[in-house]
Order: sequence, then C-alpha cells, then structure tokens
Amino acid sequence: MHNGNVWVFAEQEGGRLEECSLELLGRGRELADRLGVRLESVLLGSDVEALPASLIAHGADTVHMADHAQLAEYRTLPYARVIADLVRTHQPQILLFGATPTGRDLAPRLASALGVGLTADCTDLVIGSHDEKGQRYEDLLLQIRPAFGGNIIATIVNPQTRPQMATVREGVMPMGAPNHGRKGAVERVMVHLTPEDLVVEVLQKEPRSRTVNLKGANVIVAGGIGVGSAVGFATLQELAHLLGGEVGASRAAVDAGFVDRMHQVGQTGTTVRPKLYIACGISGSIQHRAGMDGSGRIVAINSDPNAPIFEIAHYAIVGNLHDVVPKIIKAYRSRS
Amino acid sequence: MPLNMIVLAKQVPDTANITCEAMKPDGTVNRGALPAIFNPEDLNALEMALQIRDEHGGHISVISMGPPAAADLLRDALFRGADKVILLTHRLFAGADTLATSYALARAVQSLGLPDIVLCGRQAIDGDTAQVGPQIAEKLGIPQVTYVDRVVELGERTVLVSRSTDRGSCRIRAPLPVLLTVVSTANNPRPPSVRRMMVFKRARTKTELMSSTQDYEEAGPLEASGLLIEEWGVDTIGADPNRCGMAGSPTKVKKVESVVISPREVKRIEPTQSGIAALVEELISEHILG
Repeated sequence: MHNGNVWVFAEQEGGRLEECSLELLGRGRELADRLGVRLESVLLGSDVEALPASLIAHGADTVHMADHAQLAEYRTLPYARVIADLVRTHQPQILLFGATPTGRDLAPRLASALGVGLTADCTDLVIGSHDEKGQRYEDLLLQIRPAFGGNIIATIVNPQTRPQMATVREGVMPMGAPNHGRKGAVERVMVHLTPEDLVVEVLQKEPRSRTVNLKGANVIVAGGIGVGSAVGFATLQELAHLLGGEVGASRAAVDAGFVDRMHQVGQTGTTVRPKLYIACGISGSIQHRAGMDGSGRIVAINSDPNAPIFEIAHYAIVGNLHDVVPKIIKAYRSRS
Repeated sequence: MPLNMIVLAKQVPDTANITCEAMKPDGTVNRGALPAIFNPEDLNALEMALQIRDEHGGHISVISMGPPAAADLLRDALFRGADKVILLTHRLFAGADTLATSYALARAVQSLGLPDIVLCGRQAIDGDTAQVGPQIAEKLGIPQVTYVDRVVELGERTVLVSRSTDRGSCRIRAPLPVLLTVVSTANNPRPPSVRRMMVFKRARTKTELMSSTQDYEEAGPLEASGLLIEEWGVDTIGADPNRCGMAGSPTKVKKVESVVISPREVKRIEPTQSGIAALVEELISEHILG
C-alpha cells in the first residue's frame, strides 16, 4: 500500500496557467478522493504568488510553490531538478502532467531521472486493480491511451514504480467550475540549483500571435492533401469565416506545408467535436478520424468515391472540392 | 570544426497510411499488413545531421534498435549518407517500454563514445510518445532540446537552435554535447543517392548472411570492404539485462482494445448547385447551421 498523494504539475507561462493543468486538477481531485489521499499541485515560476489561489479553487489541497528568478522561463534542467527533489522528499504516488510541449519535454526527463514508468498522451485515467504473475495490485492508476496511430486503445499500468507518471492530452478532461471558497495550503519550496542546471539559455521567444480555437468551434471546415496548396486553403478559410467556424487540417496537409500545425485535427493534433465538420479532400486516415468522429454531422467532399472518410460521413459528396466548396458558399449566401 | 554525430532511428509500421488492404473485416487494423518504414521524423533528424556535416564536416553514425529486419532502415541510412550504422538487436531488448529503450540506446551511444550531437526524431509514429529522446539525454547526462526545426548557428562548443511548437517558437542556446529531437517541418530529407546505393546495396548484417543462401564466409570480405553492418547485443553495450526489454520496463500493458470503425448511414449529395443548396437548407432547418 502506498499512501502518497496525487500530484498535478501546474504549468504556467508568463503568470498564466495552462488550461490543461486546471482540467487535470478536476480529474486529480476524483483520483485523490477515490484513494483517500490529498491532491497537491507543484508550481514553478517567478513571481507566481497569485496562482496558487486558482489551483486551490480547482481542487488542490496544497500547492508546492517554487518561486525563483531562474525558473521564470521553462527550461528542462532546472525544472526537472526542482521537481525530482520534491518527489524524492514527498513521495507522491501519482504525478500528472498536461501533454503540452512543456509536459512532453519535462515528464520523460524526470521519469528517467526517477527511474519510473511514464505513459504519454493519456485520454482517460481511473483507479483500478491489476493482476500479474499471480499477484493482485489494488488501487493502481489505469492509464488509457490510443496507440498505433489510433488503431488501438491501450490500458497501461505501473505496478511497481512510484510515482505513477502520465501525461494527459489537452482538452479531453472537462474543467470543473472553480470554487473560490475552498481552503488550501501554500508551501514555499527552497530552490537549489547548480551551475550545470543552468547551461541552457532561452532567447527570442515568439508566441503564436493568432490562435485557432478548434476545440470551441461549432463548425470546422477542414482540408487535406486534396486541397493541393496553401492558396487552396484560402477558399476553406472563406467558408469557415462565413459559417462562423474555424479551419482544420489533416496531418498530411500540415506536413505538406499548406497550413500551420495549430490547425491540425486528429490523433497528434486536436480532438474536436463541432456540430458540423466539413472534410474537404481528406482521405480519412484512422488517426484523423479518431480526432473528429465525435462531430455532430460530418460532410465529406472527396473526388475518390472509395476514400475512407465516407465511412464515417453523414453526407457524402463525391466531387472536386474546388468546385464543391464555392457552391456551398454560394448556397449559404443565398439561403432562404 | 568537424562534428561527431549520432542519429537514432526506428523502423516503424506505417500507421499514417492505412489502406483498405490493412483493414480486417471486423473494422480493425491488421498491423502485420502494414509496411515497415523509416520513422518520418527520424529521417528529418538524419537530414539535419547531413546538413550539419555538409557545412562543417564530421562523422555520422546511425543506431537503430529493433529486430533483424531493421537492417533495411540502416541500408537506407547508408544510401542517404550515413558514415557508419549499427543495429542494436537482441531478444532481451524485446518488449521494452520507453525507459528500457532509452537505457539500451544510451548504453549504445556510450559504447560508441559520446558525440557532439545526438539527434533523433521528436516521436515515432507507432507510439507517438516523444519520450525516448529526453530519457536518453537524461541517462547521458547532457542537455536536450525538443521540437527543433532549425540549427541557427553552430559555435565552437555551443549550438543555437530554433524550437517550434504549437505554442510558438523560441531560440535556445545549449552547450555541446547536446541531444536534439527534430520535427517534420525542419527539412525535406534528401532521397537516397544512386551512387551510394550501388555501393551499399550489398551491405548485410551477419544474421542476414547466415539466413541467406550466400555463404557465411562472405562476412570476412564484406567486413574488409566496409559493407558488414555491425550487430550489437546486450553484452556489446555492457547492459544490465534486468534494465532491458520487458524486464526493465516499469510500465505494463494491461489491456488492448482494437478501435472498430463502423460505417454510418451515408446520404449521397450530388455535387450540383441544387444538390448542395438542399444540403445547406437541411443543415439550417436542423439547426446545425445558423
């Protein structure tokens, strides 16, 4: 029996908490309650005193806050050092990260330093038992994730090592409403860094100026390799704008350089559930479908009548998208 | 200044292009029917190493851990310009999770000698974990930069790279030696060189020589002409068997379920103006569109 607490890494950038950290606190609260332990959050940064209140409102009982000038920018080595020291001292049984670029950089470094297992990009986390070699393990973290390009769903466990570590995909867990009346403790962490922890410098940061809100969109007009060019995406943009939606893309279209990666829908992009998804020139690989097949209605436009996207479409239009999309624009403009 | 580089590459099933032939009647994927390919972002890592060598000179070794068939990937790496290739293969490596994989690969890198730069793809398309690169860097005790899309400047003992993610981009300066994980937008990998193919198409591992009808005696001449692909096992890299493969993997797969794609009732819409107008009206009447 391991009585350690459940920990959630609170990711922040420039004093703003990542949404997925708050989403994780919601699930972390459920896991901690089920195990009868505390939910704690670990927060690193510089001038972040204002943030623990929000973490507590979202379910944390305690926030371990490492506030230090050298932690202002995320850097792998000092962050991994501080968290590894904290984990060795407090021995949580579960440690969760958002599967953000930061979480996916930090968690594996830390798992290797601690010599423990780590499961990437989980879409669900529950507590359950596991039988192996005649032994029964109770109250393990069952880490559920798609694998093999989304073709299988695997449940992973770490029977022996602690903490049980996982990164969790952004947006798959609902964010609970904050309860500003909740009480919690803030524990300041003494930060000890060596010169070797500080050898990497972050220079010239350029945040994405324009953000695409695929998760919140009611309508997504998505393009695949069939769109053919960046110019082709302009027509999709026009339709998306007209319908009050966003532009999505398949991995192939992103890899071909037609559109920025932030538009990517699918297994390695964003999972979306709009009311309407219009797939233009997307063949429909399993990993793309895994990211959009929960859409309310799917309209698929493809010149290949055998394209797999038609298997999950509600409306199939076999035709050239460069001909069909302008017709949709025209039909919507002249709607009755 | 010539640089010593090691590229880590994985042979993966081509999960990105699943064709109808690879689908079983129950709607699940027949994984055995997928072709084995060079993990795409590992090709970007190799290309980045080749570009560094083009500009600064140096030496590129490619290491791949996998079954004997992964020799195909290493021949491909030779065709594209690798100076030396090593296949890390042993039954005790099988069933490794990312921690055990990173242990074996880190041992292999140390056995070859810590280079100036270790490069690998950001992630492999079969697992999409992106964990092995950072875990190797930790075991080697060197810094890592993930999501690298460009080497901006290579100094005497430092490298300045551009890191690009969905959150934005930044420049990172790291001392050498360093491990870089490379994203697909970094470059367009060069195709295999025909001239090098003529030379290296005969490159073989000992296992391949033994299983083919060719005489095993060929190993000697092949080695003399630099065409013998080295195979390294647990002993070669001085690895602790308890940290390799299934035994060294703290994560266990409890359950695997195949994703079943069931066809829906599809309504065919004619690609005519009237057909599309009727669709738009239907979507509006059902409040799907405003």
